[in-house]
Amino acid sequence: MGEHRIPVAHQFDDSVQQRSAATLGMWIFLATEVLFFGGMVLAYAVYRVLNPEAFARASRVQNILLGGINTAVLLTSSCTMALAVHAAQHGQRRRSVICLLSTMFLGLAFLVIKGVEYAEKLHEHLVPGIDFRYAGADAGAAQLYFILYFLLTGFHALHLTIGIGLLAVLAVRSALGYFSAEYSNPVEVAGLYWHFVDIVWIFLYPLIYLIQAYR
Amino acid sequence: MSPHSITTHDHYLNAGYGVRSWLLTTDHKRIAILYMISITFFFFIGGFFAFLMRMELLTPDGDLVSAETYNKLFSMHGITMVWFFLIPSIPSVLGNFLVPLMVGARDLAFPRLNLLSWYIYVAGGLFTLAAMIFGGVDTGWTFYTPFSSTYAHSNVIPVVIGIFILGFSSILTALNFIVTIHTMRAPGLTWFRLPLFIWAMYATSIILVLATPVLAITLAMLGVERIFGVGLFDPALGGDPLLFQHLFWFYSHPAVYIMILPAMGVVSEVITCFARKKVFGYKFMAFSLLAIASVGFLVWGHHMFVSGQSAYAGMVFSALSFIVAIPSAVKVFNWAATLYKGSISYHTPVLYGFGFIGLFTIGGLTGLFLASIAVDVHVHDTYFVIAHFHYIMVGGAVMGYLGGIHYWWPKMTGRLYPEGWAKFAALVLFVGFNLTFFPQFILGYLGMPRRYHVYPPEFQVLNVLSSAGATILGIGYLIPFVYLIWSLRHGKNAGANPWRASGLEWQTTSPPPVNNFEETPVVTGEPYTYAEEESPGG
Repeated sequence: MGEHRIPVAHQFDDSVQQRSAATLGMWIFLATEVLFFGGMVLAYAVYRVLNPEAFARASRVQNILLGGINTAVLLTSSCTMALAVHAAQHGQRRRSVICLLSTMFLGLAFLVIKGVEYAEKLHEHLVPGIDFRYAGADAGAAQLYFILYFLLTGFHALHLTIGIGLLAVLAVRSALGYFSAEYSNPVEVAGLYWHFVDIVWIFLYPLIYLIQAYR
Repeated sequence: MSPHSITTHDHYLNAGYGVRSWLLTTDHKRIAILYMISITFFFFIGGFFAFLMRMELLTPDGDLVSAETYNKLFSMHGITMVWFFLIPSIPSVLGNFLVPLMVGARDLAFPRLNLLSWYIYVAGGLFTLAAMIFGGVDTGWTFYTPFSSTYAHSNVIPVVIGIFILGFSSILTALNFIVTIHTMRAPGLTWFRLPLFIWAMYATSIILVLATPVLAITLAMLGVERIFGVGLFDPALGGDPLLFQHLFWFYSHPAVYIMILPAMGVVSEVITCFARKKVFGYKFMAFSLLAIASVGFLVWGHHMFVSGQSAYAGMVFSALSFIVAIPSAVKVFNWAATLYKGSISYHTPVLYGFGFIGLFTIGGLTGLFLASIAVDVHVHDTYFVIAHFHYIMVGGAVMGYLGGIHYWWPKMTGRLYPEGWAKFAALVLFVGFNLTFFPQFILGYLGMPRRYHVYPPEFQVLNVLSSAGATILGIGYLIPFVYLIWSLRHGKNAGANPWRASGLEWQTTSPPPVNNFEETPVVTGEPYTYAEEESPGG
C-alpha cells in the first residue's frame, strides 16, 4: 500500500494515544445512548406492566413478516460492517469500500421497509395525534403502545440515518485512500456506532412485534 | 503601554486578536473564556428575575407583578440559573481551562467537539432566551405534567427544545473530560497523583454523560405529548404523571451533584494551598467524590415523598439519601483536618473556601431534615426547601465558582486583582447570602409555601429581611464583576505562580502558552507538596 503517514492531531503524543482516545470517546457516547433509549424503554415497561392485555392486542396489527425481514437486513448489515472494519484494518481499500457501501445499502433498505410499515399505520389510522382510531375497549392503552412504537422506532431510524451519513463520508474517504493498515480507527469507531444501532433494534423487535408470540 | 503589560512571552491571549481567532478557536483556554462570558451573561439575566421576585415579596399583597407574571419569573429564574449558569459553570469554564493543564496535556482530546459544545450551548441559550422574551414559561423549572403538557399556555415547547439542545453541550464537555483524563495524563501522573479538582471533574462528567440523556428523552416525550395531544403522562388518556417525575428527577437530582462536586474540587485545591498542607486523607477525598456521584443516582425519589409513591419506596429513598451524607461529611471533616495546624493565610480564594464549607454544611444538614419523610411532609414545597437548596447551589456551588475564579484568575489572565476589594466582596457576598436565605428557613418552617406572589401579613418582616439581603447579595456580585474587568488592564503582573501553589498548571507561564507547556512535564510525586515555612505570595 506504500508509504502512509498517520495523521496525528496536535494534542496527542502519538497514534496509539489518539486511537485509544477516539475509541473510548465512542464507548462513552454509546453509554449516553443507552440511557437515552433507556428512558423510552422504561416508559414502555411501565405502561406494558400496567396494560398487559391491551399491549398484546395492539401488537397484533404489526407486520411480523416485515419486522422479521428488517431484523435480518440489519443483522446482515452488521456483518458487512464488521467485514468493512476488518478490510480497513488490513489495508484492503477496495473491499473496505464495497463493504461500507453494502452496509449503507442495507441500512437504506431497512428504512424503506420501515417506511412501508409507517404508511400502513397511517392508512389504518394508528398514528396517535393524526386522526387516531382504534376499535377496542382499551383505546387509551393502545394509543400509549403506538406512541411508544413511533418514539422508539423513530429515534432508532434517526440514528440509522445518521449512521448512513457517517458511512457515506467514510466510504468516500476510504476510496480516496485516507485509511491504511496503520490508520483505520475512524472506520472502527463508526463500526461501534453501527453495531450499537443494530443492537437497539435487537431489543425493539421482540418488545414491539413479538408480545403475542411469547405469551 | 502600561508598566504592567504582559508582552514578555507568547501566550494564548496574544496568539491572535481577530474575532475569527476567538469564534473558530479550538484552544481549550479560549473556549473556557467564551464560556465564562456566556454564563456570566445568563447569570445576570437569572439574577434579574430573582431581583423582581424579591421586590414583589417585599409586601404581602401582589402589587408589583400579577400572579401569572410571578409564575413566569420563578420558572425562568430556575431554568436560567440551573441549566444556563450552574450546570456549565465550573466544568465548562474552570474545567475547560484547567483539565488539560492539570494533566499536563496540550489540549482536550477532542478540541473541535469542545468548540461545538460552546456553539450548542449558545444555540440552546439563545433559543430559550427568545422563548422567554416572547411570552416566557410558567411551569416552574421542573415542568411537572400534566400542567406542563395540558394546562400551561406559555412557551413550554420552545423552552424545552432549548434545554434539549443544551444537554448535548453538557454531554460533549463531559465526554471530552473523561477521555482526556483517561488517555492523556503526563508521564508519571498516575490516578492517585491527580489533583482532587481532576477527580471532581471526572466524577461530575460521569454524572453528566449518564444523567443528561435521560433528561433529553424525558423532555422529548413531554414535547411529543404536548404537540400531538397524546397521553404519555396524562392520566385522563391512560398515562402516568408520576412516571414523568421519576424520569425528571433521575436527571435532576444527580444534577445537584453536577453543581456541587466541581465546587468541592475547587475548595480542595484552595484549602490545601492556603493552609500550606497536604490535603488530609487524599484517597478518601477522591473516593468520596465517586461515592457521592454513584449514590446520588439512587436518591431521586426523595423529591416525591408526597407525590403518591409507595411508602416502602419512600423509606428506601430516605435511607439512601442519608447515605449520601456520609461521603459529604468525610469531605467537610477532611477540609477541617487539612486546615488544622496549617499555616493559614487569608487570601480571597480561601475566604470563599471557608464560606463554602460553612454554607455547604448548613445546606447539607438541612437536606437531612428533608430526607426524613415525616419532616418533609411538613415542610414540603415551603421556603424551607428553597432555603435548603440555595445554601447548596448558591452558598455552595456559586461560592466555589467565585473562589475558583479568584484562585485561577492570575493564571487565566496573567493579572492580579485588587486583593482588598476582593476580600471585601467576599465578605459582602457572605453577609448578603445569609441575610437572604436564612430567614427563608424560618419562613418555611412557619409554613409559607413556595411559588406564591402573595402571603399572609405576619410573614412580612422575614420577607423584608430576605429582600434586603438579596440587594446586598446583588451588589456583592457586581463588585467582582467590576474589579475583575478592571484588572485585565490595570492589575499587577501575576507571574507564573503567585500563590506558590503546587500542581502542573502553575509550572507554566501565566497566561499559559497556546500549547500549555514548553515541554511535556514529567510527574514524580504525589500532589500538594506544600511545606509550611513558605507562605503563599500575592
